[in-house]
Amino acid sequence: MESTKSPYVSKLANDLKPSGIRRFFDLAAGMEGVISLGVGEPDFVTPWHVREAAISSLEQGYTSYTPNAGLLELREEIANYMRDRFNVEYSPATDIIVTVGASSAIDLAMRTILDPGDEVIIVEPCFVSYVPTVELAGGVAIQVQALKENEFKILPSQLEKVITKKTKAIMLCSPNNPTGTMLSKSELEGIADLAKKNDLLIIADEIYAELSYDEEYTSMAAIEGMHERTILVNGFSKGFAMTGWRLGFVCAPPEISSAMLKIHQYALMCASTMSQYAAIEALKNGRPDVDEMVKSYRRRRNYIVQSFNEIGLECHVPGGAFYAFPSITSTGLTSQQFAEQLLMKEGVAVVPGDVFGESGEGHIRCSYASSLEQLSEAVKRIKRFIDHLNEER
Amino acid sequence: MKLNAMEMEIVEILEKDARIAIEDLAKMIGISVEETVQSIKKLEENKVIVEYISIVDWTKVEEHPGVTAMIDVKVTPKRGVGFNEIAERIYRFDEVSSVYLMSGTYDLSVIVEGKSMNEVAHFVSQKLSTLESVLSTTTHFILKKYKHDGIIFETENKDKRIVVSP
Repeated sequence: MESTKSPYVSKLANDLKPSGIRRFFDLAAGMEGVISLGVGEPDFVTPWHVREAAISSLEQGYTSYTPNAGLLELREEIANYMRDRFNVEYSPATDIIVTVGASSAIDLAMRTILDPGDEVIIVEPCFVSYVPTVELAGGVAIQVQALKENEFKILPSQLEKVITKKTKAIMLCSPNNPTGTMLSKSELEGIADLAKKNDLLIIADEIYAELSYDEEYTSMAAIEGMHERTILVNGFSKGFAMTGWRLGFVCAPPEISSAMLKIHQYALMCASTMSQYAAIEALKNGRPDVDEMVKSYRRRRNYIVQSFNEIGLECHVPGGAFYAFPSITSTGLTSQQFAEQLLMKEGVAVVPGDVFGESGEGHIRCSYASSLEQLSEAVKRIKRFIDHLNEER
Repeated sequence: MKLNAMEMEIVEILEKDARIAIEDLAKMIGISVEETVQSIKKLEENKVIVEYISIVDWTKVEEHPGVTAMIDVKVTPKRGVGFNEIAERIYRFDEVSSVYLMSGTYDLSVIVEGKSMNEVAHFVSQKLSTLESVLSTTTHFILKKYKHDGIIFETENKDKRIVVSP
């Protein structure tokens, strides 16, 4: 979808970089028989009882607006969920806003906290929207690179180096898209100390929190002294397999939440009503579904990580999300070359690591939210691709 | 038999996919192939894993004869052995695929497979009803199987997701 510049488009929109994922989508979408490890969403369909709740809400005629912050009943369920699952207290009346996916929550956070020129430190490789949402809100994105040798865990010392008088917040995502890396409690504490020392906010994108496989998950807001300086973003897409419902939420201290709510009510009014009814059901009765899905992802993670290492693509064991992020530097190709040639020659779609930031170069993101059959066929094809490369050299 | 976490994983995975390659299974759990083989053997020996079978949709097979009937059976239990003796008398017939003792208005639920309705009718009138303890039978023929043992028969497995997404 290349288009020529229009004089009607703002400089800000013009200067915005198109997402690198878009190009790959266009390439892969036109091909037959592609096995895709490029999908950033669960392979589970939303559990039936949750779908049924939405259908039932439609049958009963709940088709009007909800309060701007979302149905009170849903916010109450979210408050219970956050307390029981993550040990953080939020008031349904003042601290929680139901958003249109976690993406709109991130956008909302940025627009609420940034004055022109304010800086947000962004740990990359990261989800593609972080930098643009900062820029759209008039801020400046300062990117810091989590390194492969640290299993893509950012160190407080790296963050400290880029903190300036203009730094307003640090944007963190754990478990991370695209690396799958999860920060432990003590690692979060190190970053929290820095935030407290420098009076910074942390925007914690915890959308993959349910999908953690080895360690107990710790929320940034549960770290001592961090509740008041965390904007916590979460949602239903990943853990509850509800991507298409577009439903997320953001929790923050009331003085920040009330400001966010002003923007939310003008920009979006409220999240989709039927989705909210589905989410109530998901929170009330969806725990067994989540546990089953987590089990299934864990098995597939184990499978794919070992398989990649066996065929010579070095891959750390990601603690969460559903992405493996193997290194492809042994092939001598760049991420873009590797992904493009793999797609053309073997019909396997992966996402080149550099679209998630410079430090993702030399890696590919492979989603293992696919059937074992698909995963094993993909591994077979990737091995054949690498073997051919080696023969050619 | 009390299962450890690893054995539980094996049973759960095999219950859904009995044909998975041992190597893949080992990788999914994160143990060696040898360990996996040994564990499965133990589970089989202890009859935790009873059998590996296929779920077949015989209606897909042209001209394949076959009907399934669910029969509600009322019986007189016997002193000392209760329902067990009559249940055993019934489940020993090859035509019978399942027998359950039920709560409610009848006692045994018997599932019978036959080549035709006539064959099942013959079994009920000649063999089942004539058993001394059997008081009455009500036969229901299955017209169509939608879901059987957790498996939906007519299902579309198409991946509805877009190929690449952030």
